[in-house]
Amino acid sequence: MASNLRHITSPLIDNNPITLQILGICSALAVTTSLSTAFVMSAALTIVLCLASGSISLIRKHIPPVIRLIVQIIIIASVVIVIDGFLQAYAFDLSRQLSIFVGLIVTNCLVLGRAEAFAMRNPVWPSILDGLGNGLGYSMILITVGATRELLGAGNLLDYNVLPLASDGGWFEPLDLMQLAPSAFFIIGMLIWAIRTYWTKQIEVPKFSLRIDQVR
Amino acid sequence: MPDGVGRGMFNPTATWRHFLARPNNDRVKVFGVAVLVALFSAVMVSVTSVALKPLQDAHIEAERLARMERMLDTLPGLRDLMEEAGVDALESRLVDLETGTFLASTDLESFSQERAETDPDLSIPIPKAADVAQLGRRASHMPVHFLERNGELLLIVLPISGKGYQSTIRAMLAIEADLLTVAALTITEQGETPGLGTRIEDTAWQNLWAGKQIADDTGTITISVVRGQATGPYEVDGITGATITSNSVGLMLRYWLGDHGFGPFLARLRREGL
Repeated sequence: MASNLRHITSPLIDNNPITLQILGICSALAVTTSLSTAFVMSAALTIVLCLASGSISLIRKHIPPVIRLIVQIIIIASVVIVIDGFLQAYAFDLSRQLSIFVGLIVTNCLVLGRAEAFAMRNPVWPSILDGLGNGLGYSMILITVGATRELLGAGNLLDYNVLPLASDGGWFEPLDLMQLAPSAFFIIGMLIWAIRTYWTKQIEVPKFSLRIDQVR
Repeated sequence: MPDGVGRGMFNPTATWRHFLARPNNDRVKVFGVAVLVALFSAVMVSVTSVALKPLQDAHIEAERLARMERMLDTLPGLRDLMEEAGVDALESRLVDLETGTFLASTDLESFSQERAETDPDLSIPIPKAADVAQLGRRASHMPVHFLERNGELLLIVLPISGKGYQSTIRAMLAIEADLLTVAALTITEQGETPGLGTRIEDTAWQNLWAGKQIADDTGTITISVVRGQATGPYEVDGITGATITSNSVGLMLRYWLGDHGFGPFLARLRREGL
């Protein structure tokens, strides 16, 4: 069990899909303007990752190598359509805000990456845990970014006013930049910096270094 | 399992095991796995879609009503008029499109737009030449919403629809009492290309429609969406990158205001009022 638990804990910081592997950045930029959309997107991706990894692992011994990517994509796409349908039925307003980004989970390299790298060669239970761990690692970053952007961009958290706005007689002037996609890049960049300052073994050794005599 | 067992008759379990035992690069196995995975996924997706459809439709209907309310809010002075007339919502009636007359008001309660459009008994095919909105069929009876004061029509709202680039676009068209001037247009439902066709939902574009004239002096429906700069009261700017989508909104208006759509109803209103 302890070894299984590692599948969940390792992707949180040590092997985080966003900050270490730099995967799934597209959706991390697009849906993090508010905390609620970040929550829903995180939950949707985590569920998709668990279900897809689990079912791919279940039939892994019978997936012909020549069509393995097609089979994986069919399974992932079906799970995404089903989850999107559930969102449209039970969280209609949020699904409108997320628009196409739930559908785009299909092309999220994170999901296919875990299927190809882990679920294809591991039993069902560890694969589901690996999906859960990676989903949580992704969620952690998404929620951090979403909270920062909503707090600094609108003075709110989950639509509840936290910082009194200057327009309502308070002191806080919202930073419009936080509502735009580039701010997510800045925040993710700073997170990576912070994480690598503390966990120094994540710092990559440069593959090539400059020769001093050429620099001169 | 020994191969001799069940020989001569079809044994599903043995066939299944035999299939699974094939090597993974075997052609039968490749096709078999592909077909089975596709079939299983298709069933999963279909079952959930069908099961969740009623819930999704309820949300879409609620959103449509909310959009109509918002559209009414954008019309200058309308809320005051409604207050004056002592009503808080528009009156809705079913219209027989063929004759242009109202049906009994009780029919509206059991009316379902989806059934009216698809049920062969409740809808009619649209002749090819008249079908500019590419609908194929249309309901024989359609709901209309209007505001009146002492029998005098103040505003009428017509539901219209048509085929866009990749989806059916639905909209609400509000026409002023002269039955010629567009008061407002609101897109209520569409599934066009995100970022391009979906821009027909932009308020800025929908606002272009207000004040446009539907027909010229001879009564010919002339309103249309044009490329580039719109000139005159019958033209609306198309959206760059969404030519087909914005054109189809214009064609929707042409169809539904024409003789095969609400034409007879509007003609009757002009002739004899409500």
